[in-house]
Amino acid sequence: MHEMSLAMSIVELVATEAKAAGARQVNRIELEVGTLSGVLVDSLRFCFEAAARETVAAGAALVIREIAASGRCPACGVEGAMAGLLTDCPGCGQYLVLDKGRELRVVSITVDE
Amino acid sequence: MCDSCGCDHDHEDVTIAVPGRPAVAGESHDHHHGPGRTLRVEQDVLAKNNHLAAHNREWLEGHKIFALNLVSSPGSGKTTLLEQTIRRLNGTLPVAVIEGDQQTLLDAERIDATGAPVVQVNTGAGCHLDADMVHRALHTLAPPDRSLLFIENVGNLVCPAMFDLGEAAKVVIISVTEGEDKPLKYPAMFAAARLCLINKTDLLPHLDFSVARCMEYARRANPDLTFFTLSARTGDGMDEWLTWLNDAVRSA
Repeated sequence: MHEMSLAMSIVELVATEAKAAGARQVNRIELEVGTLSGVLVDSLRFCFEAAARETVAAGAALVIREIAASGRCPACGVEGAMAGLLTDCPGCGQYLVLDKGRELRVVSITVDE
Repeated sequence: MCDSCGCDHDHEDVTIAVPGRPAVAGESHDHHHGPGRTLRVEQDVLAKNNHLAAHNREWLEGHKIFALNLVSSPGSGKTTLLEQTIRRLNGTLPVAVIEGDQQTLLDAERIDATGAPVVQVNTGAGCHLDADMVHRALHTLAPPDRSLLFIENVGNLVCPAMFDLGEAAKVVIISVTEGEDKPLKYPAMFAAARLCLINKTDLLPHLDFSVARCMEYARRANPDLTFFTLSARTGDGMDEWLTWLNDAVRSA
């Protein structure tokens, strides 16, 4: 359940941004989440709802863009999709080294005044 | 219906699978809502934790304190390993401990009995320590310069992998009663660790656990892992671990 502390971090980060922009209500939060970021999206949504209660982000829609994990083979340079951290290179069978898929970032917020 | 925003979609990110059959998973989707003022944020959610961890690391390095973040499943023998490590060091190296558990002071009391300074962090519902908890614990603990600091994380092989505490290295501990395939099941933790301790080796004669296979699985997640096989209970293999600790503190 590390999603609860992540959800609280999101609310804190968003509230800071909203305050700086003089906004009273956050309606929408756009998040990028890599498929190998270690975050369970369902759980994050559930926790976010609780974490946002009675804050500027209460009731905001969490729009989650999943970033498909991919990597490159250190031996032959072939690139491939990664379903897990231990994914074989489709070319030579070595393990791919992850270069995309660990993202967990707030891209934008939409506020109404 | 989606609970977070009321749109007409279901979210299903947990995959339900039966061996031999294709996994069942939901598709993620975009939501479309009314207009508003959109502000670019572009910030990492873990940025604050990482910033606090960097602050901890800077402070620890400034005081030549070598900090290890001990991570494992519950019951791998982390606390017994710490007790035995402290007793065997026998005051030759100053040691301080931060204990992390959801509840109770039980582990801190065990460490306290060894004479080493200790603070207990109770995370309540939390499944991991974070950099802010360690920062606050360090203020209370005030470990001496040129010492060894053990941070015993909450027993959990998943969440603590994501949270940098400012340690010099993560040490993942696996006991031989857990099954040699654990590194394949929880690769993120093995990938994040620098050291892997295989504990409770005194029980090997009673088990089918293959140390070689476990190491091979762990190396798949992290080819650079350094291994120690030991039994904190009997002391077998502890000398190599203590030598490594002494060398690490001297070069910190």
